[in-house]
Amino acid sequence: MVLNIPKNSNFFITYIVMFIFWILLSWEFSLSNILFGLVGSFLVAYSTRNLFIKERIAISPQKFIRKSYLSILYIFYLTYQIIMANLDVAYRVLHPKMPIDTRVIKFNTKLESDLAKTCFANSITLTPGTITIDVKKDIFYVHALTSEAAESLLEGSMERKLIEIFQE
Amino acid sequence: MELIDFIVTALLFGGTFFFTTATLGLLRFPDLFTRLHATGKGDTLGVGLILTGLVIYLGLSPITLKIIIIMTFILLTSPVGTHCICRAVYNQGIKPWKRR
Repeated sequence: MVLNIPKNSNFFITYIVMFIFWILLSWEFSLSNILFGLVGSFLVAYSTRNLFIKERIAISPQKFIRKSYLSILYIFYLTYQIIMANLDVAYRVLHPKMPIDTRVIKFNTKLESDLAKTCFANSITLTPGTITIDVKKDIFYVHALTSEAAESLLEGSMERKLIEIFQE
Repeated sequence: MELIDFIVTALLFGGTFFFTTATLGLLRFPDLFTRLHATGKGDTLGVGLILTGLVIYLGLSPITLKIIIIMTFILLTSPVGTHCICRAVYNQGIKPWKRR
């Protein structure tokens, strides 16, 4: 069972999502508020319909469930990494000698889509001791606070997780 | 009731702790890139912990939903902001600090 959504329905999907968002944020069910919401989401949906939905991929339900499951696991993994990152930075800030040894590293990624690269770049920034400086095509420029941080990034377990979610 | 109060206080305390270390890092670290390490990460987790505390304190209500949406957006946009500043400065040709 694969849902058949017509190609030119970008506008309607955006419109419905924007309207749900309006209701969630305002949480008020008077007539005037709902009318404002309808008009407002129409304008937003009209101007951003092709930005909101950029590309579509056909995907089977089994794969969809598996990828959703992996994504949720990834969010927990990322939360853990964020907490570790902050403890690490807090330790280095509070240490009297500031044990930092910075370097800029550069490496190739196997990720293809823009969304996957964005996720990867954001994840790098949130994980211990590394921030993304720039992404040019397939090359990531990363600033690392310590050499251990650089090595653990180059080891590439995070990238493998993202490849599993976004590709194959 | 007592336990919830305890958890909320702990989360708020954690949030302010990470904000404090982020600010200290901003003052102590030697150059822009290392300072971004401190603030970019510290603010994300600081805000995250404080908002989680508020969510637990308020329980289930429309405001809780809004706070969760705010949290999601901060988590998405904070690294992008860090990345923007970093890239702009790096492309200006400013070299990162190195220990000698």
